[in-house]
This record gives sequence, C-alpha cells and structure tokens, in this order.
Amino acid sequence: MSQKNTTPLFFLAPAVILIIVFVIYPIVQTLWLSFLSPKGEFVGLRNYAQILRSKEIINSDRFPFECPPWGALIHNAVWIAIHLPLTVFLGLFFAIILKDVKGASIIKSIVFLGMVMPMVVGGLMAKFLFDKDIGIVNVVLRFIGLHSLADISWTYHPETALFATILIGVWMWTGFSMIVYSAALAAIPREYYEAAEIDGASSFRKFIHITLPLLKPATLVVVVMTVLWELKIFDIVYVATGGGPGEASMVLAILMYIKAFVAFNFSEAAVLATLLTLLTLLPAIWIAKTAVGRK
Amino acid sequence: MKVKISTIVAHVVALLIGVVWILPVVSIFMVAIRPIREVLHGWWNFKEFHPTLKNFVEALNHPTTPLGRGLLNSFIIASLAMITPVFIAALAAYAFARFSFPIKTYLFLTIIIMMAMPQQMVAIPLFQIMIKLGLINTYLGLILVHTAWGLPWIILFLRNFFLTLPIEVEEAARVDGASDFQIFLRIVLPMSLPALLSVTALQFTWVWNDFFLALLIIYSPDKLVATQRIVWMKGKYHTPWDTLCAGAVLVMIVPVLVYAILQKYYVKGMVGWVIKG
Repeated sequence: MSQKNTTPLFFLAPAVILIIVFVIYPIVQTLWLSFLSPKGEFVGLRNYAQILRSKEIINSDRFPFECPPWGALIHNAVWIAIHLPLTVFLGLFFAIILKDVKGASIIKSIVFLGMVMPMVVGGLMAKFLFDKDIGIVNVVLRFIGLHSLADISWTYHPETALFATILIGVWMWTGFSMIVYSAALAAIPREYYEAAEIDGASSFRKFIHITLPLLKPATLVVVVMTVLWELKIFDIVYVATGGGPGEASMVLAILMYIKAFVAFNFSEAAVLATLLTLLTLLPAIWIAKTAVGRK
Repeated sequence: MKVKISTIVAHVVALLIGVVWILPVVSIFMVAIRPIREVLHGWWNFKEFHPTLKNFVEALNHPTTPLGRGLLNSFIIASLAMITPVFIAALAAYAFARFSFPIKTYLFLTIIIMMAMPQQMVAIPLFQIMIKLGLINTYLGLILVHTAWGLPWIILFLRNFFLTLPIEVEEAARVDGASDFQIFLRIVLPMSLPALLSVTALQFTWVWNDFFLALLIIYSPDKLVATQRIVWMKGKYHTPWDTLCAGAVLVMIVPVLVYAILQKYYVKGMVGWVIKG
C-alpha cells in the first residue's frame, strides 16, 4: 500500500519541478524585487506609489482630450475598450453569417489565419497596411475622402499609432472569437428552433430568445481570453512601433521590458510586471474555477 | 426552387468578409513575389507584373541576419519543445485524472492559474537563472523554458481528455497485473492519440511563433530564431519591404501549413480547453 502512495508523485514530479523552477520561483522573485530599491533595500510599497504616479503609466494631463501618449495603463485600457467589443461582435457576426453558407470553411480558415501566424508578422502588417505610400488601408481612406488619415503613415504619428496596432489586433484575434462562437452555435440542438417555428416565432425572436441565451457561456470564454490577450499584448506593438512614437502606443508589457533590459531599472520593471499580473488575476481565477468545476 | 433573399445576402456578406480578411496576407504576398520597383506605388498596380523568387532568396541569405539559419533554429527548438512538454504534461494530467492524493485540487488550481501569467512576471529572474545555470543563449535553455510554460495548458487539456476515457479498460489491465506506468504508456497514451496530436500541433506553432522568450534568452546572431530575425531585418531608418515581406511569408508559412494539415486537431486544441464537451 505504501508503494501505491508514491505513484502520483512519480507522475507529477517532472512537471511540478519544471513549473517551480521556471515559473513559480521567478514569479516570487519578481514580487520580492518590486519591494526593493534599485540598491537592494526594502522600501515596501514606495516603488508602487512612484510608478502609479508617473506619467508613463497614467498621463492625466493629456488623457482624454489630447492625442496619445496617455500612459501605458490607459493604453491597455483603450486596447480593451476598442478591441474587446469589436472582436466579440465580429466573431459572433461571422459565426452566424457563416453558419449556413456554402464554402464557409474556406472563409473561416481565412479569418483564422491571424490566429495561426506569428504576432511579429502582425506587427509588420501594422506598419505596412497603414503606410502612406504602399498601405492598402490608406488607399481606401483616400478613396473615401479621408485625406488627413490617408496621407500619414499611421505607425509614425502619435495620433494614430495606438489605433493601428489595435486594428491589427482585431484582424488577428477575431478568428478566436469566431471559432468559439461557431462551436457553440453548432452545439445548439435543432429541435429548439423547430419548436419555436411551430409556435410561429420570427428569425429575430428565435435569435433573441434561443440563440443569445445559449451563447452566454461562449461569450464568457471569449471575453476572458480576449481580455487576457489584450493585457499581455507585446509582439505586435514591439514590431510596429516599439511603443512609440514618444510612447504614444506604449503598453505595460513593453514598458516593463524596456525598464528591465534597456534602462536596467529592475525595481520599476518588477512593479510593472506585478501590476500586469494583478490585472490578469481576475480572468485567471475564472479560468481556474471553470477548469476545476468540470468533472 | 425559390432562393431566399437572406441566403443571397449571407453569401455576399461572407464573400466580403473573406476578401477583407485575406487582404493583409495578399498585400504581404504580392510584395514578396514582385521586384520592389513594381510595388513602390502600391502592389495593386498590375501594369507591370513579373513574379520572381529573388526576394525569398535574398531573405534566406540576408547578409546580417540570414533567415535560412533562423528557420532551421526555429525548427529545431519548436520540434524539441513540443515533444518534451506533451510527454511530461501527459504524465501529470494522468495523475490529476485518475489518482487521488493530498492537495490535489490546490496543486491543480495553481498550475491552471499559471496559464494566464504574463511572461513579463518571470523575465528578470529567468534571465538571471539562465546565466547561473549556464543556459543563457542556448537552445536547451529556451527549450526548457518553453517546456515549463507549455505544461499548464497541456495538463489541463489532457486531464480533461483522460477523464472522458473509459476507466474499465485500465482496470482490466490492472487486474492482469500491469503497473500504473505500463497502463499509462501502453493503454492510455495510444487511446489518446487525437488529443496528443491536438496539443502537439498547437504547442509547435506557439513555440514557432514565440518572440518574447527568444528575445529574453537568445542573443548571438547565429542562434537567433526566425521571428527574431524578422524584427532584426526591419532596419532602423529604412524599411526594406521586399525582403521583409518575403521573410514574413517564409516565417508564417510553417504554422499555416501545420494548421492546414491538422486543421481538425488544431481547432479542437484551441476550443477544447475553453469550451465544454
């Protein structure tokens, strides 16, 4: 019997050791760093107070009435405010439209391409598609008469850089929300609709009273995963703008990297990393709860 | 037979979605396969059209950061960093699915929460650990980190899959005197091939597409992975769009192929661990 009790240990040990060494130990270490001054003295929450008051994080002089930079934390919030509703709505819309269309699988694959390819390529696209000379978006904007937006390369201007990266983010991530909604739609039993039709329900009423309520769990999944993605956004911005020009598209993850490996200010970098982690904790706990609840 | 107007509208809208969503890829592709002078005023000008492979050859043999070497490096790293975590995670997932032991729920919860962790939270200490272990700027270092970071979601996915397997087969084998490890290796793993394929395909593309961990650990020019080279090729002041677009196509073609070949498994992997059933 005693031999039996060591079996789980044998199965778990490799995974647990790797996770402790390369994930959990460094997390604790970063947390500890965030309470130390650059010289290594314990200063409690002083680094946090300093960071939260800095214009790099929240620039209340400029937000919301002047163009970015608004501060990295605000930029992440803007990411969520624009990117989340757009991807949720577009993903749902695409999933519904493509449900009964011939050749839908090809179009779904096209939309899903953005999920498959490296995000650094997405960063290149942000530079490329919004270029004043060779950008297709600028050509379309010129065509519809929006010259002020068409005649600038978006990633080089503080007014537009943040939004170029966000729009590329929408292009890349909509595939995720579409796939999740498609799976959820396919799981709704046909009988529900047939029963409603017998009662003479219109398409609109069927959508409001059957489809939408049954898509609630899928929406929750999409929202949680999308918010996580938006908070952690790095590659697209790093390649497209590097956070610039003049921090106009800076996000928390990039600011942390610059503080740590360009400015070598480990205390401030650790604070930024910890703040970012605190923001991801809420979605993380939700994921963990649903994962454990499933039997 | 009468065709409903709504059906026609749906098809037109679907086509529009497809066209708009493929445009960014077509843009990159068009610049990649044409001489730069033809596309200076937009790749949509087709007055002259001379497709060529010259840009690809130049990207592969780029003087400062040859992409050919980068593709090879990425391939080595992604191949190894997909096998190790899948096997190690499968072991752990089996323990979570079949055994009961103290702190099981807490351990599982902790591992799952790690799935959402931003990699920035480990960046500084990880860099220091890698130096101490002599693993900085080595493939082994990067593979180990990818393995550790791949484990949480693979454990969750496989644990959920193992829970759906009929326990009777395993019990029958146990009656015949098979050990837990033998049951795992000879019965559970073979029964789980579709799930293993799903996680392997996804883990491969995630490692291939990774940029941040590579940026942290690999820095010498000959060891840079493909995604890093794309960024290095970008240039500070002048953007060489021809080689850059060719490079982008070469880097994205690998995960796109994996997706095209293993589409069913890929999407299962993506959706499986977030959606029930």
